[in-house]
Amino acid sequence: MTQTEKPSRPDFRVLGASPIRQDGVEKVTGRARFGADIHLPGLLIGAVLRSPHAHARILSIDPSAALAYPGVKAVVTARDLPELESKIADIGESSINQRYQSDNILARDKTLYFGHAIAAVAAVNAHVAEAAAALIKVEYEVLPPVLDVRAAMAPDAPILLDELRTVGLGELGAGRTNIAAQHLLETGDIEQGFRDASVVVEREFTTAMVHQGYIEPHAATAQVDIDGQVTIWCSTQGSFGVREQVASILQLPLSRIRVVPLEIGGGFGGKNNVYLEPLAVLLSRKSGYRPVKLTMSRKDVLTATGPTSGSVIRVRLGADATGRLTAAQATLIYEAGAYPGSPVGSAMDVIFTPYRIPNVRIEGYDVVVNKPHTAAYRAPGGTNAAFASETVLDELCERLGLDPIEMRLLNGVREGDRKIDGVAFQRIGLLETLEAARASAHYQAAPPGKKRGRGVAAGYWGNYGGKSSASACVNADGTISLIEGSVDIGGSRTAIAMQLAETLELPVESVRTTIADTDSVGETEGTYGSRTTFATGWAAYEVGLKLKSALKERAAGLWEVAIEDVAYADGVFSSGRERLTFAELAAQMDATGGPVVASASVQPSSWGPGFAVHVVDVEVDGETGKVDILRYTAVQDAGKAVYPAYVVGQMQGGAAQGVGWALHEEFVYDTQGRMLNANWLDYRMPVSLDLPMIEAVIVEVPSPSHPYGVRGVGEVPIVPPAAAVANAIYQATGARLGELPMSPGRIVAALRAQGR
Amino acid sequence: MATVWIPAALRSLTGGRATVSAPGASIKDLIDNLEAAHPGLRARLLDGERLQPGLAVVVDGETSRQKLRHRLRDSSEVHFVATLSGG
Repeated sequence: MTQTEKPSRPDFRVLGASPIRQDGVEKVTGRARFGADIHLPGLLIGAVLRSPHAHARILSIDPSAALAYPGVKAVVTARDLPELESKIADIGESSINQRYQSDNILARDKTLYFGHAIAAVAAVNAHVAEAAAALIKVEYEVLPPVLDVRAAMAPDAPILLDELRTVGLGELGAGRTNIAAQHLLETGDIEQGFRDASVVVEREFTTAMVHQGYIEPHAATAQVDIDGQVTIWCSTQGSFGVREQVASILQLPLSRIRVVPLEIGGGFGGKNNVYLEPLAVLLSRKSGYRPVKLTMSRKDVLTATGPTSGSVIRVRLGADATGRLTAAQATLIYEAGAYPGSPVGSAMDVIFTPYRIPNVRIEGYDVVVNKPHTAAYRAPGGTNAAFASETVLDELCERLGLDPIEMRLLNGVREGDRKIDGVAFQRIGLLETLEAARASAHYQAAPPGKKRGRGVAAGYWGNYGGKSSASACVNADGTISLIEGSVDIGGSRTAIAMQLAETLELPVESVRTTIADTDSVGETEGTYGSRTTFATGWAAYEVGLKLKSALKERAAGLWEVAIEDVAYADGVFSSGRERLTFAELAAQMDATGGPVVASASVQPSSWGPGFAVHVVDVEVDGETGKVDILRYTAVQDAGKAVYPAYVVGQMQGGAAQGVGWALHEEFVYDTQGRMLNANWLDYRMPVSLDLPMIEAVIVEVPSPSHPYGVRGVGEVPIVPPAAAVANAIYQATGARLGELPMSPGRIVAALRAQGR
Repeated sequence: MATVWIPAALRSLTGGRATVSAPGASIKDLIDNLEAAHPGLRARLLDGERLQPGLAVVVDGETSRQKLRHRLRDSSEVHFVATLSGG
């Protein structure tokens, strides 16, 4: 069941409906073109040779046998990449060491994880390419791998990156280390805060490295023209991000690269980074300017593309006798994988932000280990962090005899409260979300009974704004052709069209959206950060205002009146007794000055954060440790839900992924760092049989940072699930589990430890 | 005078104070004036003539796009915060 806590504003004509999605027919009939669906004349197929070692020095690479193999057109190694200095480069909103980024494409001196790309081959077909790649001779000096953060931080740990020094804020450590960065957030007096507490709970948590698990593997095709112009077709969350990264890695001008984004079969943060694209460009150039396509296998995806960090988190929380939180302390240690850049900073932002706590201290560490370089994954770092903090909060509730939602209402942040970094909240909807959860049919239902338990957890995600562009032209029949730059993962092209239609007071069916390549629309950041409906929708709103103004000018000319005397309402222009519908005026464009087009780019400087509260009932089999999800309700503040069915989809999808974190998913390595479960039979993601229908309750507290009150909705629903499930398992069994996933073996072990 | 929230990692340079007041027509001016009062802050906030990688400046609740050139009011509230990215 889905319910909207507050009805949509009655004056919205289009927003709040769920019309037929523009990409629906092509996708359900299998005709939509995804990353691997590009077929060009003369196309070559590529294959990548990957490292069998998690940590090794590369002594030599001999491609001669591969080059001599019939049908092979080119082989590339790191020597074909420009040698970049170790320098922090701004790529969009991120800062990346360009040397590390290049080394992740093809290992230069060392291989740092099982599956690290060593060389790539282009050949007449996939069989030839794979056979030739296997003929490349690589001589390694195998080094001991470092596979978890505790081992990596030990004083005698093998060092992954010789030049790495710990970065503080503007300060560089002196010695060789695997700790890439350390961060600190602090407010108040932490010791006094714990002295003020009547109850203190402290626990340590461990979470496994997990993968985004998108269905479509990475795929990229590149064509380099003889004059050096590059075209790339790929599966990506952001075409402009691909352009920037390829330009940086290959040291090419941005204007020499055109990126054509294709339909995408999921990304969840894992398709912001490039892996295959620079290889396809190098191979195309080296094979006589023929197009080259590279497609990953599932094993490639799992071993060599961005998982998110495993982590170790210690949390200490204190509250007074009334339940008011007095102090919170945490240490978060996150795996970065082979190169610096875990989401520990985001995790620090997430961990205590839902609550008013006067005394807080949070330390964070970014630590390199011999695993794939981590990439963003839906609310990066947030699921781990909330698993720790919301579990400890649940224990505090129990110790104080307080209802978990009442305690969160007592301590929840509201407008004007300051985050730990001091920035004040604008209007936010945590309290409304908690109240909606408390009022939900699920929470009001009787507790689920013996061997069963109900868990609650809340979550926060800051969301993001970013750069977005759109343009549109009015057609002679009154329809609108909208061009925008956001790759459509969750149906955004329709949600963006709805915001243009709303602005123009027209039916959404009047607007047709095209997602353009990088040469055909203004710069637009990727579909990440829960930003697309918010920011690209805002660009469409601005386009709508410009079109309306331009058409008013046309009407004013036609009627020989001042533009100020032309009104527009309900799709009709009027002035005195004159009256023309939008379509009638559009039909007169040629007579009034020619085509009407408008473009807009936005870069919002503030955006509304999101809050979610999840309630889950589970049943635990004490013999086998199997956990069944009996009932699940996700409640979330969406600001204005532009397309409610999509919002529900995001809430359900985030909850389902979070259940995967909670119960099933983990990368399993042997002692030498070889991944043992790089397939979807052994890497266990939840399927439909593992989940009930997830109930969704949309709360609408409009964001003051958007013309229509929109907040990002895509990420926050993955923040609470692991904690909510852990709290439900505790209610069912009396066992507090501190390790993800809470797999059957771990549950049985926990029950046995309790003597059950 | 703007009110500046000092990141926890830099409070050893402000005698443990979490907020300080400083004049400045722009963020660049402000940092110069902070440096005069609290030596060492500039080197921790800036990498040459730009903010340290991974650092953003928030002025009156809004993330600044102008960064060092951002104009300040007397009552401005300034935060130096970590940049975060989503998935």
